[in-house]
Amino acid sequence: MAGIRKEANTLRLIALLDPLTRPLLLLLVTAIDGILKPVQRRVGIDKMGYIFILPNLLIFGIFVLFPMLLNFYYAMTGGTRLFPEDRPFVGLDNFATLFDCENFTQPNSCQEDLFWRGVFNTVAYVVFQVSAIVLFSLITALVLNRQIVARGFFRSVFFYPVLLSPVVVALIWKWVLQHEGVLNGIIEILGGESKRWLLDPNWAMFWVVFVSVWALMGFYTLILLAGLQSIPPELYEASSIDGANGWQDFRFVTMPLLMPTMFVVLVLSLIRAVQMFDQIFVLTGGGPGTRTQLLVQYIYTTGFSNQIQLFGLSAAASMVLGVSLLILTLLQLRLGNQSSLA
Amino acid sequence: MQADRIRIGRFLSLRSGGARLNTADALTYLYLTLGTVLMFGPVLWLVASSFKTQAGLVKYPPPLLPYQQVQVNVEGYDDPLPLFTVTGDDGSTRELAQVRRVGIEAQMVDPANPDAERVKVNIRQREPVEEVKLAWENYLDPLIELENFDFFTYLKNSVLVTSVATAITLVINSMAAFALSKYRFKGRDAVFVLFISTLMIPITVILVPVFLVITSIGWKNNLWGVIIPGAATPTGIFLLRQYMLTIPDELLDAARIDGASEWHIYWRIILPLARPALAVLAIFSVMWRWNDFLWPLIVLSQNDYFTLQVGLNAFQGELQIQWHYVLAMTVVTLLPITLVFAFLQRFITTGIATTGMK
Amino acid sequence: MRRILSILLILAVLLAALPALSQDTVELRIRWYDDGNEGEVLRDLLDQFEAENPDIRVEIDTVPYRAILENLPLDLAAGEGPDMARVTDLGGLAEYYLDMTPYLSDPAYWEENFGPFLNWKRLPGDDSSIPGYMTQLTITGPFINRTLFEQAGIEVPSDMSASVTWDEWAAAANAVAEALEIPYPMAMDRSGHRFAGPAISSGAMYFDDMGHPTVMDEGFRDMAERFVNWHLDGTMHPEMWPLSEGYAGANEEFANAELVFYMSGSWQVGQFSEQIGDAFDWQTVPNPCGPGGCTGMPGGAALVGIAATEHPEEVARVMEYLTSQEVLGEFAARTLFIPAHAGLSASGVDFDTDLQLAKDSLGVFVGQVGTLEQVAFDLQAYGFNRAVFDATRDRLTQAMVGEMTVDEAIARIQDDIDTALAEQG
Repeated sequence: MAGIRKEANTLRLIALLDPLTRPLLLLLVTAIDGILKPVQRRVGIDKMGYIFILPNLLIFGIFVLFPMLLNFYYAMTGGTRLFPEDRPFVGLDNFATLFDCENFTQPNSCQEDLFWRGVFNTVAYVVFQVSAIVLFSLITALVLNRQIVARGFFRSVFFYPVLLSPVVVALIWKWVLQHEGVLNGIIEILGGESKRWLLDPNWAMFWVVFVSVWALMGFYTLILLAGLQSIPPELYEASSIDGANGWQDFRFVTMPLLMPTMFVVLVLSLIRAVQMFDQIFVLTGGGPGTRTQLLVQYIYTTGFSNQIQLFGLSAAASMVLGVSLLILTLLQLRLGNQSSLA
Repeated sequence: MQADRIRIGRFLSLRSGGARLNTADALTYLYLTLGTVLMFGPVLWLVASSFKTQAGLVKYPPPLLPYQQVQVNVEGYDDPLPLFTVTGDDGSTRELAQVRRVGIEAQMVDPANPDAERVKVNIRQREPVEEVKLAWENYLDPLIELENFDFFTYLKNSVLVTSVATAITLVINSMAAFALSKYRFKGRDAVFVLFISTLMIPITVILVPVFLVITSIGWKNNLWGVIIPGAATPTGIFLLRQYMLTIPDELLDAARIDGASEWHIYWRIILPLARPALAVLAIFSVMWRWNDFLWPLIVLSQNDYFTLQVGLNAFQGELQIQWHYVLAMTVVTLLPITLVFAFLQRFITTGIATTGMK
Repeated sequence: MRRILSILLILAVLLAALPALSQDTVELRIRWYDDGNEGEVLRDLLDQFEAENPDIRVEIDTVPYRAILENLPLDLAAGEGPDMARVTDLGGLAEYYLDMTPYLSDPAYWEENFGPFLNWKRLPGDDSSIPGYMTQLTITGPFINRTLFEQAGIEVPSDMSASVTWDEWAAAANAVAEALEIPYPMAMDRSGHRFAGPAISSGAMYFDDMGHPTVMDEGFRDMAERFVNWHLDGTMHPEMWPLSEGYAGANEEFANAELVFYMSGSWQVGQFSEQIGDAFDWQTVPNPCGPGGCTGMPGGAALVGIAATEHPEEVARVMEYLTSQEVLGEFAARTLFIPAHAGLSASGVDFDTDLQLAKDSLGVFVGQVGTLEQVAFDLQAYGFNRAVFDATRDRLTQAMVGEMTVDEAIARIQDDIDTALAEQG
């Protein structure tokens, strides 16, 4: 098998470095063990959980939790000074500004119209993007799981765009989609009519979703593929003895066993979708107009790229985003509990 | 109707249709072919574009290959002259070199016969003669010529940030995932929910507070300021935890009976078994760190500490973007990550295979 | 896992072990951004300076322009700034600038040569500090593709009359585009600063009697409406404004002879020399006229000293070197930048290009300085002008794609400016 030979070659390469790294790593690991053993004797096995989670929790506390608390304080201050102590306390004014609306379904009637446009666009984007990603990575994983030639090659091909930075992805597609770009060229050769893809509000949203599916799908395909391959083949044999057809196999064997993996994909893609920023920023700049401007872009522009940086308002908007995310996550975990986390 | 469902079902099922090509197989390969074109085409186009000159890049419609106009040396002229194909009024064509252009009229000379009288040609009747020529200077200038772009320093910093951050991420995320999946301690579920929900917040929206934390620690213009804040990744913890849940507790219990310490169990049992998930996270961490731009740009403002992404973006000015350099350097940044992927990808293959056998 | 870790470990140890630089000279850092070759030229000039002044070393940190706008203000506020910086929010960051007066050997030279531009970099009420100099002066104005006019057999309006209106240019550009089946008659950079020139020409005042920025006047509305309509009827490039974030230019379209009339500015000359050369006759024409004049906008970037520097004297020495007529002249000649220096303006700069088109174009821009309206200078000198420009850009875009009417857009611009200024206090 060529694959195994290649594998052996790589391992041999590493083996060359091994005499150098092995003692070093061994020393490190033994040292940690030496420190942790007495700790374990004192606290018992179950409480070692705290020890293992500590490094993560520290970094998390300093660089995520504390800044978020600070952010909460920023949300209740006004002015344009950087340091919190220089900023006047304004209570809930910033939140009042955000929610100052005559009619919440009409962004133009709101004081901060761009915030509400961002909210609506984000909801639409997340719904479309997550369903498209789940659908297409499932199909691709199923295809790649079949007995095909050059599976490794095709798997890499579908994964490759994941390696590109969001900015590069956006630039590539911007060129493809512009009026004189490659796509219109191909369409005209096929006898179709060229189009300003990113100028039509609905098409713009379509392409923004399409491009992020293009860029991210490979990752989720990989996870689903791993899930598919971990389904024991005996189950299919058993079901075929029972006279099941392909569709029934899929419906009653593949899907139930794939559910935990699907849940992982759903959660991860949702997180990424809500965080989406640079890619759209470069691809459409949030346009046409504000049609693809998401909430994160509003937060970024208000607090950061405007000449007069309104940290308070921006922080208030990110608090709103944070609270919605929290609710969403709790809902998801509850759903997940029923399927996989039980 | 029933037959359709079976066909779709066969397409969806694990098993292939057998030795002969059937509809499902045809669909499969059609999908794979289309997918390959769609997934890889744009990347190849990026590479092709990176070899175009500044003038070539702005050309519409964009030619597939990097063309440059042919220049010829003509006797009696100091500088090489651009070559054109000229179509006469009668439809005949010949190749002429352009001496100068005045308004819509070009003065041209036959390179084979430079002493002959100059020909006046309407510029609509001439097409440049082009040849495929790679603009290597897009690569060589930033690597060698441009003094303010210190490629090798940026490369060093990028490698340092990526490797150290990935190592730290793998270790501490797997430790946390181990704790969250294999221990029952007070507040475990609360910590998990806290991780997952708050870490959903992208760093983009708390840039200013994190910036304050970094400056007060003194990590402004320090690579640690880039490495550490992003090390507690939600994706990593989540991925590893889900994977570790599938490792049977009996394995751990057996090791404990043999007197293994918890750290030993983590290092000798959990990590090797979680290899597929770790490999996936490793690829991701490498990718995130290598491509990271927004955060390093805030922490790093002195070029001794720039990573490649920050340095590369310096070609984006107020009023101009030097695309020819941006594209070439983008291709350069793609190379290492492609190699890392090609390398780690095999670990995933074996990883998946071993889990499949279990 | 163990193997991956070991490799990473080795790499880290190796790289960390690389020797650090030792320093016994004063090191100054310039936070800089590049549009073209100016960073390289500056490096050359500074190399000469360092050769003559071995006790000073100047490092140029070239960052994306975006980092100058967004990150530099945070760094300055946090006390993490550089010693010098190239900035475009001239007045907005004035509180952080170093007044170099006590360290300069000849402050009068600065007043004399940079006089009109010093107040752009000062806080309101300050009329004496010397914080830095303009690396370049930019003038906004239109370029035309003259060859297209000739091919279409249509007269260039500015050949016939010294004051051509915007409507006349629009009609001529449309006629050329129609005759030659060219996609874009006109385009304007996506920038509120570019829009300001035409707006002032059509009568916009930009400030009320109290000196507060306002866009609620007939002149502004007039140009805004015309401009939005031009996007709807295809006179203006329909993608540039609606489909971009921040600044966007139409260099590609212009270089491909797909655009007849391009409202941009003097900084393009260097680029066009590269991208077009003499493939067709590109030309700068005087700014179109209206009831408010025939004005473009002045602008540009400045190199300023930062007050928090630990080495103000050395900063001043570097600045004195860079601003000497000889060095600044070389900088301007090699970058094709218009210098903002009285001495050089009087003597003229022999721009370092063989291309007559480029020399002519720069000549027209230099000649435009005298035709700029006072409002244009006031707006450029106003500290928070970027807040005005950005709101103009973003809200007019919304009007173009039908998210609001022109009047709603103007009201929103005013509201955005007022909100931001109220917070600024």
